[in-house]
Amino acid sequence: MAEFEPVLLANIDRDDSHTLRGYESQGGYNGLKKTLKKCSPDDIVNLVKSSNLRGRGGAGFPTGLKWSFLNKKDHPIYFCLNADESEPGTFNNRILMEEDPHQVLEGIILSCYATGATTTYFYLRYEYPHAWNRVQQAVDECYEAGYLGKNILGSDFSLDIFLHRGAAAYICGEETGLIESLEGKRAWPRIKPPFPAVEGVFRKPTVVNNVETVACVKQIVDRGADWFKSMGVPADPSNPRDAGSYGPKLYCVSGHIEKPGCYEAPLGLTVQELIDEFGGGVWKGRKAKAAIPGGISMGILSADEFDCPLDFSGPGKYDCLGLGTAAVVVMDETVSMVDVLHNCCQFFAHESCGQCTPCREGTSWALKMMQRISAGKGRLMDLDLILEIGDSIGIIPGTTICGLADGAAWPMKNAIRKFRDEFENYIKETNPDGCHETVPVPALNLQASH
Amino acid sequence: MNTADFKVLTGEMVEQIEALLPRYPNKQAVTLPAVHIVNAALRHVPLQAVVEIAEILELAPAEVQDTLTFYGFFKQDQPHGRTRAWICRSISCHLRGGDELLDHLCQESRIRPGETTEDGSVTIEYAECLGACEHAPCILAGDELHKSVTKEDADRLLASWK
Ligand SMILES: Cc1cc2nc3c(=O)[nH]c(=O)nc-3n(C[C@H](O)[C@H](O)[C@H](O)COP(=O)(O)O)c2cc1C
Ligand code: SF4
Ligand code: FES
Repeated sequence: MAEFEPVLLANIDRDDSHTLRGYESQGGYNGLKKTLKKCSPDDIVNLVKSSNLRGRGGAGFPTGLKWSFLNKKDHPIYFCLNADESEPGTFNNRILMEEDPHQVLEGIILSCYATGATTTYFYLRYEYPHAWNRVQQAVDECYEAGYLGKNILGSDFSLDIFLHRGAAAYICGEETGLIESLEGKRAWPRIKPPFPAVEGVFRKPTVVNNVETVACVKQIVDRGADWFKSMGVPADPSNPRDAGSYGPKLYCVSGHIEKPGCYEAPLGLTVQELIDEFGGGVWKGRKAKAAIPGGISMGILSADEFDCPLDFSGPGKYDCLGLGTAAVVVMDETVSMVDVLHNCCQFFAHESCGQCTPCREGTSWALKMMQRISAGKGRLMDLDLILEIGDSIGIIPGTTICGLADGAAWPMKNAIRKFRDEFENYIKETNPDGCHETVPVPALNLQASH
Repeated sequence: MNTADFKVLTGEMVEQIEALLPRYPNKQAVTLPAVHIVNAALRHVPLQAVVEIAEILELAPAEVQDTLTFYGFFKQDQPHGRTRAWICRSISCHLRGGDELLDHLCQESRIRPGETTEDGSVTIEYAECLGACEHAPCILAGDELHKSVTKEDADRLLASWK
């Protein structure tokens, strides 16, 4: 740990870190210059492949492999930068865009060179006006300096980057929701396959990558694949499907923590280490009760599970959905899990795009039941009804088009299964004799055909 | 379609919208940017604006309306207040008093989330995670992010928006 030097956040404390001059003073765009002179696009694809970089946007798909799926015969190829960052608890993309936008742009330019993309749509969520201004300024500087536009730095590679503003909808972060939104339609995710690499925006081959992913691409080009693989958690040899968790990661920690913030460390840091060594401990000297491991979609860890390593396969071993965005939200001992689950259900009921019935109805009924429980009118059987929803909505059970529903399901399953006593006690205390008085909610048979 | 005698899109808005067309291979992709341009100027996007945007983009007004209404973001009947304040209610802010902050602002301004004060100065909205959780509880008002907002801060903000 001691010898680890942050690279993604290395420059953010400098006053001029957001300007081209500041970026170049730290060696910025040297990697691009070298690449355009000495490397072929395939060299970069192979470099990224050999680094084992996995996407930082939530799904953890190997980046080089995704790039190699592109249908290169079909032109043009588009690149979409996913800067819709809306997973509750997550803010690392915002910091990169606000404080070091050129690092992100150099990553995009390198990624487009590798994939043959000639246009980038930079899809930025509405709620980030400061990031918008910083990125737009940086793009303007790039055009002026010849890093963007026709024949970049005298090469035969040309690229445009256009910013495109979202409108406060979480589903626009799902890559095909983003594509539909960009096309001027409702952000209804598409059924996959075809994946965007084959048929994406405007029906053309498309790469969608996260902000932090392209920043990693830039670092890999500068420092090499071996540097990237020198940190993190190696692939589990007994699991052929594990691609390992290499490289630095931007961890967010917020909630009941002394020093909320975004910290860079190698993949594989445990929740406890993040809280103690970076976050300054649980706030007010209290004990922790639970934490969200990677945005609320990933579910909930109880305090005795804080040895969970935050790498791509760690949270899964603790019944969570995955690493997600590595955004940890800490909850102290005074927190009511009933409240927490109510809050999570409220988010997903609000953000479901409404396209799939199990997700639309499941998230809104779960919220209604949580409202009833919170209001002291809950019934014990409601807990099993919520679990029934949690077990039946999502891509994993095969009932929905996108992963929002899986994300909605995980807090339900983890909260009730890991803290069942607390839920039962709350219901018994707040509704001691009225358990059967409320109008029963009919069981939702979500998988039944109609 | 019933076209009104007067246009709501100014020449400047039309120019801004048309300037974006070369960025995309088809006109429909300019729907959301066009709606944003109108909303930034008029603080809402009335139906007549939808008709005019559709005309520029060679779409049916219903197509623009369909996209616009998908995002709960755009008001159509009345402009939002001169300041539109988004109070975060997601988990990190919730854990640090976001809900109480939202209640407080609603009470002090005597409106519910989504509504605008009678004098047209402020619209209060709840937001899902503003991506600034290290500063919870937070408020985005216009282009400005207010961090770790207390009730006293909220009172001062409300006064400054009047
Ligand atoms: C509901 C939902 C929301 C998502 N939101 C985001 C997001 O805000 N940002 C992001 O990069 N990826 C998000 N993703 C993941 C994207 O679909 C996609 O996997 C990612 O952008 C790919 O980039 P990467 O490989 O560089 O991670 C979301 C996925 C789902 C299912
Ligand atoms: S799972 Fe939910 S959010 Fe995803 S497409 Fe279906 S309804 Fe929309
Ligand atoms: S939860 Fe409020 S800003 Fe993220």
